Amino acid sequence: MIEVDVRLRRGAFALRCAFRTETGALALFGRSGSGKSTVLGLIAGLLRPDAGHVHVDGETLVDVERGVFVPPHRRRVGVVFQDALLFPHLSVRSNLSYGRRFAKGGRPVDPDAVIAMLGIGHLLERRPAGLSGGERQRVAIGRALLSGPRLLLLDEPLAALDFERRQEIMPYVERLRDAFDWPLVYVSHAVDEVARIAREVVVLEDGTVVASGAPGDVLAPSGARGASGGFGALSVLEATVAGHDAAYGLTALDHPAGPISVPGRVGEPGDPHRVLVRATDVALAVQRPRDVSFRTVLVGTIRGIEVDDGPTARVEIALRGRGRLVALVTRKAIDELALDAGDEVFAMVKATALDERSLAYAPRVR
Amino acid sequence: MLGLTPDDWTALRLSLKVAAVATLASLPLAIAVATVLARGRFWGKTALDALVHLPLVMPPVVTGYLLLLAFGRRGPVGAWLESTFGLVLSFRWTGAALACAVMGFPLMVRAIRLSIEAVDPRLVAASATLGARPAWSFATVTLPLAAPGILAGAILCFAKALGEFGATITFVSSIPGETRTLPSAIYAATQTPGGDATAMRLTLVAIAVSVLALVASEWLARRVRRGIGAGT
Repeated sequence: MIEVDVRLRRGAFALRCAFRTETGALALFGRSGSGKSTVLGLIAGLLRPDAGHVHVDGETLVDVERGVFVPPHRRRVGVVFQDALLFPHLSVRSNLSYGRRFAKGGRPVDPDAVIAMLGIGHLLERRPAGLSGGERQRVAIGRALLSGPRLLLLDEPLAALDFERRQEIMPYVERLRDAFDWPLVYVSHAVDEVARIAREVVVLEDGTVVASGAPGDVLAPSGARGASGGFGALSVLEATVAGHDAAYGLTALDHPAGPISVPGRVGEPGDPHRVLVRATDVALAVQRPRDVSFRTVLVGTIRGIEVDDGPTARVEIALRGRGRLVALVTRKAIDELALDAGDEVFAMVKATALDERSLAYAPRVR
Repeated sequence: MLGLTPDDWTALRLSLKVAAVATLASLPLAIAVATVLARGRFWGKTALDALVHLPLVMPPVVTGYLLLLAFGRRGPVGAWLESTFGLVLSFRWTGAALACAVMGFPLMVRAIRLSIEAVDPRLVAASATLGARPAWSFATVTLPLAAPGILAGAILCFAKALGEFGATITFVSSIPGETRTLPSAIYAATQTPGGDATAMRLTLVAIAVSVLALVASEWLARRVRRGIGAGT
């Protein structure tokens, strides 16, 4: 359980942020400067709020009104920083064991299991300067875990990495969440990372919480361009693996609104799966399309169309069964197809648009 | 040996002893002051900074005279030290070490302060989130990473101490075997009729010691840098 209610003023920036979560995988989401890293610093004790409190698992870490401030070294809150911040004068092994001596009474952790899970066993004798960005970040995760924190904070851990490295790290964070069941708070401005990691999302803007809830509800902005509108519209669909088509190298997913086809082999039949769909990858038809190359056709009802003077329009579709899908089409298409709220539409998504980036194992619900 | 007289050896040994004691004894205080100046935010910081740097800008004779006033046997600090610890500084080699330490202190603090300021404070924050108390963070993160600067500061102080003359001769005079260091001995030789040969011999010794110290410090600095993984 994490409960945050803090106020902090630094020059022109004012943070006034309150949220409460029971989930083991929370994401703080927002553009840079929205205050999400500041919130992390306040939970870790690296910053002091001007007012308010932070409770974790029922323990008061800071409460300005009651004069309580637990210093960071007694909080048992691990942090993985954006640029790893490994100790340059220590070997990987010494970095990993740095927090071990303080881990007594913390969350029990098996060093060998962590080292194996992160795949860093062969790096132990190396110095941080000789590691790649991805390796450094994995060592940083291991170092934080081995100090036995009750809560792990990840501050944009992938932001300094290129796309390949990000894909390399992501599964480790997922394993952390699923196999180790480690409570974590993940800070990011990247919607695909948040959608993969989080069970619950808190969206920050200009130092205040503007939305919170399940990724599917929060990340696909409803109505106005609002909360995360500036981040590129994206829909999160919860589907189930139906089967694999080995001959064509495809995986079929079931969704009440229709079949979803993605490239490659993902999951096992029956596994829950999240699919992220960019609004720009969605095409619309008023009749069930025939003789088209799209393998993913989803039925739904238009809930709203948002147009302005620009050439594009945002169409929000309530999918049959469950879920919401946002499509970005031209204003001209809206007029020529005479689309309006309440109309039934068929949304088509190219399978090739659903690359690995847009796929996420749905987190197990605890 | 090497054509040096016993008096020359005495002066050399004394110089090395005074410089080493001056450096090592003031090192912990220099690290403390440098840390406070680098990381601290408190009222009077500028005044402390100025006080530390004073010996650098004052004429050495003034520093020596002030030391004599304060640490002389009838000076307030000197009298107290003698009555409490039986420690006498004036006209003793320990006094020479004190004079050298005071003169070398600003150089040492400067170098150490710069190197501590160069340590990324977020590394210290990282060690705190791993459970390290501030003192432990300082000992295991800040100090090792600042080691090259600490070494440089100590070497500067040692070099300054080897060459110190004005404050030393004012505070503890130039007593053979007690306070006559290399510079004092050279000066004394130049003031003595027929002392040119002695002055030249001691000058060559001083040059040799300086070169040796430089080489040793380079070697040490490289080892320390390798030790903390910089430049690998």
